[in-house]
Amino acid sequence: MGKMVKYKLNGVEREAAEGRLIIDDAKDAGVEIPHYCYHPALGNPGNCRMCIVEVAGAPKPQVSCRTGVREGMVVSSDSELAKRAQASALELHLVNHPLDCPVCDQSGECGLQDYYMKIGQYQSEVREDKEHKDKRIVAGPHVMLDQERCILCTRCTRFVDNITKTHELGIFGMGHAEKIDVTPGMTLDNAYSGNVVDICPVGALTDRDFRYKVRVWYLDKTDSICPNCSRGCNISVQTNTARPWHNDGKRVARLKPRFNADVNGYWMCDDGRYGFGNLDADRLGKVLRLSPQKDELSWFDMAVEIAGILKMAGDGLAIVASGMLSNEDWDAYKTLFVDKLNVTRHYFTAEPDQVGIEDEMLRRKDKVANLRGAEDRGIKSGTFGDLQKDLEAGKIKTLYVIERDLTKIFGDRAEALLAKAPTAILQGPNKYALGDSFTYRLPATAYVEEDGHFTNFEGKIGAYNKALAPIGEARPDWAIFALLQKALAGAVKQELAA
Amino acid sequence: MTKILTKHFDSEPKFHELEAYRRLGGYEALKKALGMERKAVHDEVTKSNLRGLGGAGFPTGMKWSTVPPEDKVPGPRYVVVNADESEPGCYKDRILLTRAPHQLLEGLLIASYVIGSKDSFIFIRGEYQNQYDILVKAIAEAEKAGLIGENILDSKFSCRIMLMRGAGAYISGLDTALLETMEGKKAWPRQPPPFPTVAGLMAKPTVVNNVETLSMLPFIVNEGGEAFAKIGGPKSGGTVLFSISGSVERPGLYEFPMGVKLKDVLTACGGPLPGRKLKGVIPGGTSMPPLMEKDLDIQLDFDSVRAAGTFLGAGGMIVLDDTMDAVEIAHNIERFLTHESCGQCTPCREGANWSERILERMLEGKGEAADIANLARVGDNITGKVICALGDTVGMVLKGYIGRYPEDFKKRVKH
Repeated sequence: MGKMVKYKLNGVEREAAEGRLIIDDAKDAGVEIPHYCYHPALGNPGNCRMCIVEVAGAPKPQVSCRTGVREGMVVSSDSELAKRAQASALELHLVNHPLDCPVCDQSGECGLQDYYMKIGQYQSEVREDKEHKDKRIVAGPHVMLDQERCILCTRCTRFVDNITKTHELGIFGMGHAEKIDVTPGMTLDNAYSGNVVDICPVGALTDRDFRYKVRVWYLDKTDSICPNCSRGCNISVQTNTARPWHNDGKRVARLKPRFNADVNGYWMCDDGRYGFGNLDADRLGKVLRLSPQKDELSWFDMAVEIAGILKMAGDGLAIVASGMLSNEDWDAYKTLFVDKLNVTRHYFTAEPDQVGIEDEMLRRKDKVANLRGAEDRGIKSGTFGDLQKDLEAGKIKTLYVIERDLTKIFGDRAEALLAKAPTAILQGPNKYALGDSFTYRLPATAYVEEDGHFTNFEGKIGAYNKALAPIGEARPDWAIFALLQKALAGAVKQELAA
Repeated sequence: MTKILTKHFDSEPKFHELEAYRRLGGYEALKKALGMERKAVHDEVTKSNLRGLGGAGFPTGMKWSTVPPEDKVPGPRYVVVNADESEPGCYKDRILLTRAPHQLLEGLLIASYVIGSKDSFIFIRGEYQNQYDILVKAIAEAEKAGLIGENILDSKFSCRIMLMRGAGAYISGLDTALLETMEGKKAWPRQPPPFPTVAGLMAKPTVVNNVETLSMLPFIVNEGGEAFAKIGGPKSGGTVLFSISGSVERPGLYEFPMGVKLKDVLTACGGPLPGRKLKGVIPGGTSMPPLMEKDLDIQLDFDSVRAAGTFLGAGGMIVLDDTMDAVEIAHNIERFLTHESCGQCTPCREGANWSERILERMLEGKGEAADIANLARVGDNITGKVICALGDTVGMVLKGYIGRYPEDFKKRVKH
């Protein structure tokens, strides 16, 4: 850190590293200086001219996103001059803005609306007609562009130029006819395209997946971790339960990245952002025995029955799991299957079905959140090839599958292999392809319905929180393991109910 | 009257050719400079009170001293000639390029020697095709004569000169936008700091000087800085070129000592036209608000004109008379600025266009009383709150014309 200096912000003395941007230091002091173009990860071109402050002795007002603090500096972001400069910059942003808030998806989280309420509140002097540009341009698979709403802050073009280095968006034309557009011959289809919607301070770039689904002020926001790869990007799960008839009945409306300097910065990939499509579909809600005779069980009866099966299985028990389990789940898993039952056949490698593209930004090859959690607990996975051989050789008496689709591991052979195990148990939020061919089906919560922790590939532990109520009788995986543990210890029904 | 740049223009029709230029003493200054310490040449320039004649009037010697020394910042450094003359009313660089390309090349080589530039550039306005051709020829002549290239005039100094052409944007004439253009980017001005002398072309120390400024250097080296300073006013040395147009009998290029009185310039060019009354004089190109009748006795140098509330600019003098209407003039200028606004920062991009449309409405007879105050307010909200001088101009022109000619504006609105 550089030399510390003392300066005054709005009459209050502060200490900061020399040269630190006024806008950043003010934020730490709880003073939000209005801004559009400045973004900590995208630089400070200083083109929106919103963050103007008065610096005593300076010949003209200064933009706080490009002015560093100096010893003895006196800065005002709330003086008459500064406030007038900020309001007039806003007024000029709005001269040609269509003001179509009632039909704009950004309403409720729009920088123009927010600052108008905070620093604007003037009567419009504009008598001229608005300039028209193109609306509803499909920029890519996830993003819609409206040039009229754009304030040309260039955040999106800087994102595709400097962060993804893919250059799908550019600034075309000159002066008041200038516009953001898709580079000819390209589409905005890089693996991180959804981020441009987040950084757009207005309604120029909207999310085609989320557009017109639900008004943002109906959304509840819960801090979470993206489960879709071992990066563990910090996210905000945004759910709509206030207006269940909106958003096609889906409870999760959208996922947004949540800033974490050590993990994902400001971003998340499109795979993670749009990977929540089936959260409410194909869900298990009841505790079921499917054979020999189909029956709906209570958790207590199920625990007693399955505890008996596990005890009998001995060396014939194999467990298929996945890195979707939380640290809490892995702890209970270890206590039950490793410490108590001495199971040696664990299969949870990401190969072959839970691997995908890895890149230099965020995406990791393992498309599950928490293989590291198992590794840290000393649980070792065998290969699915070995499991296949053992199943074919009839060595597996009981197959316990947790949150995994066998058809994606074994393909066409999955059904035949599953039939080789006399008893098969499926535990998880979803039914998957062979859900009807199991002996038992135990509904588990999805990650948005439980609290927990994931350990990412670097060993960093992140907490995710319960955003929604579980569906049906679903319980967290660790709770199911704990129940089985108690049943194995010979607890009676009353104790299990506790 | 003392002339420096245009001294031989009337007597030597082939001044643009190397033979004639050398016959009249050309490239002697370069030879002299190469025999001097670099610092000694720099000192003469500082002593000369030479000011940047592209419009800003920044002291040239001082600009050069902001280039970090080679032992602190090693690596290449560049001199770039700003020949992107686009200010409406200015055509002095066009004539200098046409008639005296070697005078510029000699000045550029002297500057390159002082700065330590081994690769120097001339960025010429794209529309100046004829001047481009002349420069290409002049550079070839000079290269052949050993004046450009390796070991110039058998000294240890080597320098290449490259020509680059603009693509037609007015804003490219602004030094930092010019550098962006040269790097192949959109002509969006940079926001200093850092200034180009610290991080300019390709982030290397770069001096950007105007054609007229550099063309002064041979005289300064030959005659000494003091002799140059003596010609001009107290803080603006030497002479200045005026491209005169408007209500005058003899429009054209005039060279006067810095500090010449406005009334003497008008006498020389015959303005305003007979039977017309003087309305004002735009001193430096349309971006500068006009001087008024009361200013006839002021001296035309950077500081005196500034004290009179406008700028000497690049000497694009336009004489206005009483047949002209201030609203039409302001509209014309705002239309130009709207067209040429680079669109980078919001106040200029939106404000220029908005004010043009308000003025257009006033010209259509649909002006409202509130429009005048609103125009001045919008102007005030732009000037001083934008990245570059073009944006400042948008507001300066509005306030300048409304303030000087309130009656013209009142005539255009309903009461």
